Amino acid sequence: MSRLGKYTRRAFLGLGVAAAGGLAVGFYFYKKPYANPLDAKKAEGEAPLNPYVMIANDNTITIIAPRAEMGQGVHTTLAALVAEELEVPLEHVIVEHGPSSPAYFNAAMLEESTPFPFYDESVLAELARGSMKIVATFLGLNITGGSSSTTDAFVKMREAGYAAKFVLVKAAAEHFGTSEDNLALADGTVTDKASGQSVTYGELASRAAVVSPPGETKLKKASDWKILGKTQKRVELKDKVTGGRIFGIDVQLPNMLYSTVRMAPRKGVSLRSYDKTATLAIPGVKDVVEIRTITGEGLGVIAENTWAAFKGAEALEIKWDDPHSFQNSDQMWSALEDALTQEATFELGGTGSDAEVFTSIPESEAVSAQYRLPFLAHATMEPMNATAQHDGSKIRVWTGTQAPGLIQSVISRHFDMDSADIDIATTRLGGGFGRRLEVDFALYASVIAKATAPNPVKVTWTREEDTQHDAYRPMAIGEFKGQVTPDGTLKTMDMHVASPSIIQSVMPRTFPGISPIGPDNTVLDGAFNQPLDVENIRCKAHVADLQVPVGFWRSVGNSVNGFFHESFIDEAAHKAGRDPLEFRLAHLTSDEFRPAREALKRVAEMSGWVTPLPAGKGRGIAHVLSFGTWTAQVVQVDVKDNTVTIEEVWAVADPGIVLDPGMFRDQIMSGINFGLSQALGQEITWAEGEVEQANFDTFDAMRMYQAPRITIELLENSPRMGGAGEPGTPPSTPALANAIFAATGKRIRQMPLSNEIDFI
Amino acid sequence: MYPKIPLTVNGQKQEIEADPEMPLLWALRDIMDIKGTKFGCGIAACGACTVLIDGEAVRSCSQPVGEVEGEITTIEGISQGDELHAVQLAWMKHSVPQCGYCQSGQIMAAVALLEENPTPTDEDISRAMTNLCRCGTYPKIKAALKDAAQTLGA
Repeated sequence: MSRLGKYTRRAFLGLGVAAAGGLAVGFYFYKKPYANPLDAKKAEGEAPLNPYVMIANDNTITIIAPRAEMGQGVHTTLAALVAEELEVPLEHVIVEHGPSSPAYFNAAMLEESTPFPFYDESVLAELARGSMKIVATFLGLNITGGSSSTTDAFVKMREAGYAAKFVLVKAAAEHFGTSEDNLALADGTVTDKASGQSVTYGELASRAAVVSPPGETKLKKASDWKILGKTQKRVELKDKVTGGRIFGIDVQLPNMLYSTVRMAPRKGVSLRSYDKTATLAIPGVKDVVEIRTITGEGLGVIAENTWAAFKGAEALEIKWDDPHSFQNSDQMWSALEDALTQEATFELGGTGSDAEVFTSIPESEAVSAQYRLPFLAHATMEPMNATAQHDGSKIRVWTGTQAPGLIQSVISRHFDMDSADIDIATTRLGGGFGRRLEVDFALYASVIAKATAPNPVKVTWTREEDTQHDAYRPMAIGEFKGQVTPDGTLKTMDMHVASPSIIQSVMPRTFPGISPIGPDNTVLDGAFNQPLDVENIRCKAHVADLQVPVGFWRSVGNSVNGFFHESFIDEAAHKAGRDPLEFRLAHLTSDEFRPAREALKRVAEMSGWVTPLPAGKGRGIAHVLSFGTWTAQVVQVDVKDNTVTIEEVWAVADPGIVLDPGMFRDQIMSGINFGLSQALGQEITWAEGEVEQANFDTFDAMRMYQAPRITIELLENSPRMGGAGEPGTPPSTPALANAIFAATGKRIRQMPLSNEIDFI
Repeated sequence: MYPKIPLTVNGQKQEIEADPEMPLLWALRDIMDIKGTKFGCGIAACGACTVLIDGEAVRSCSQPVGEVEGEITTIEGISQGDELHAVQLAWMKHSVPQCGYCQSGQIMAAVALLEENPTPTDEDISRAMTNLCRCGTYPKIKAALKDAAQTLGA
């Protein structure tokens, strides 16, 4: 039986019913903001005190890593946090995602979504972070996003390991009739040093389950770490080289039917009429059902197999009612241009208070530029899919999701059912990048499953449906203006960003009834909160609703503003006649910006920044602080016959603390290639109310022949811990555009760069 | 009623009843319950569905099952029980997979490449390995592939 098979069976039974007897412990022993999700499912002889650590009598040690494993290695690193304190090697433990429960809330993600820069530790910023933490607890956001998983887990999962060790040691002392000081722990066993006798954690589990938990924790010093800080083997590695049945699309249940959807081009477009005659004539097609939900309307085709469902969906004749005034990309660009001429929606950050400074820049000292970025699809390798079953009074969903709690709440709302009757089993994800923070794929599956009840149904989207029904990275215009004084100092920087608001788009889809409070700082992330010593800084958002669903795309606003900001700094350096590295360092003199300085200096050394290149080659540099990680990159290009080869990328990232250097470097590498993929030709455009791109032939990403050599180093100068999954992405595109400028003198201010220059 | 289609998959002879136009990919996944071969695009553009037919890499999403001639090998068929193929071992050694979804297709493409060219250069690899990886694991795929070539050649 594959792990997924085992996993889903266990999900049916109730997690933790591993063996007779066992121990489940964790951090909320003594802090219990939620009911333990395992209490309701407790079996005879079990003591599930908390879901992070479970020890069965047969010494099977299960660690719950309640975050979506989508390639970032989070199951490995979260398990390592527990294993480190529990004194067991990672090879000895089984790692599971666990059920959807508010107990697994992610406070770190909301904390970093406050409108204060990461380095701002003022009272106001700390207060805001604190209050968002309360909101996260309230909402029970079991969410994987914002590169926040390890930051969020860093203390609480080590505490879970510590708490488990604490009760096991007490139980062992009782067992041997000795004091705790006479015991040694190794590899899931406790040894009495005097007698040399050993007992396994499993043998101690039942006794340990009734021991009172620790009142306070004494976590190991980093210098004593055996697992953390060292590269670990990914816990699910073997599954991923053997075609393991671990993804949502691999779910197989008895009597399962297959389905796909044809949804309206976007939310707000309604289903007027349709003809299903041709569809029903296709062998294998069983039924066509209407889908009318909060995220969209359309049809589901139910069939004996996926292929018949695909053919059936293609054969549908559908008429939509589209109330939107924006039907094509030109109208959307005009709306953004118009927004820039209007009063700003809000302003964040900034220094210097005299508004006149920004409007009275002498012409000779002015540098200005307008940048444009298109909508982007996530294009995860695994197309959207979910399996659902209505089972009398319950709904069960199996899917790869970054937000099982949101799916649970949206489905319960749709069917007016108690959320306790909605079970979400999270599989491994064939890519997430923020797309799987949405709820649409699971919601549609639950609607189709109503028609197939009591049989389950697996709903798989075609690649075309996936590309054309995304919550896109917003398109945006950045209008930047600065003043470079005759001595080469950037004295003033005035940033205006026109873009739709992600939060305003996401909230009605996922949190209907809750209105977003305050400014959506994702519009300005990567612009207002960057390390930069400039006398006058202003950063304003001009929010425009383009009537297109937008969502979180790897690095979110930083993917937009990182490009604007770091392209502009390069332009300012050029205006000043200074080297882009030296210019940056000259504007990063504050003490708190040391991580940025160190990262830039190191990446310059690695790339041989000061060594001249032959004609036709160029290097570009950029630094973006995002998700708490300071990331500097140098890209080197070779340009021949107006065709660019991205030869090499050097990156230095500083997340303060590196829990797993191998995994962290892999994430930076991945983030770089994900970012650079944009430049090579990615854009989502609209015509006649529909997305023009459909599959990888029209919305592609980097391939092997285009992939640069990449060298990555990690630093630990930052005083606070940052994330891994996203920070690699933002600096990659400006560093590339700056490299092309260095090689050719051509400044490209729009994405994809391929609209103005060819790539191999 | 669908016609009976004889197939040999991972050394096992079998007969399935299916629309002969159904892509091999869906016959494997939905009819034969062989899930290692993944669906990515349906137009042979991404390679997630790569299998071997008589040792040659084929994108099974665009190969009608009724027209298959030759023995099919999927990712499940390249290892001998617990003994993994040298390419799989190299993939593990280099920690290639991230999300892992494209990797069974990548591994099958690599196996086919090494069959044909046991000592591929960087350029050979770039030309042959056209499968898409959204996690951008290409540098590691390249390193693992070269490592596997050495192991197999040794």
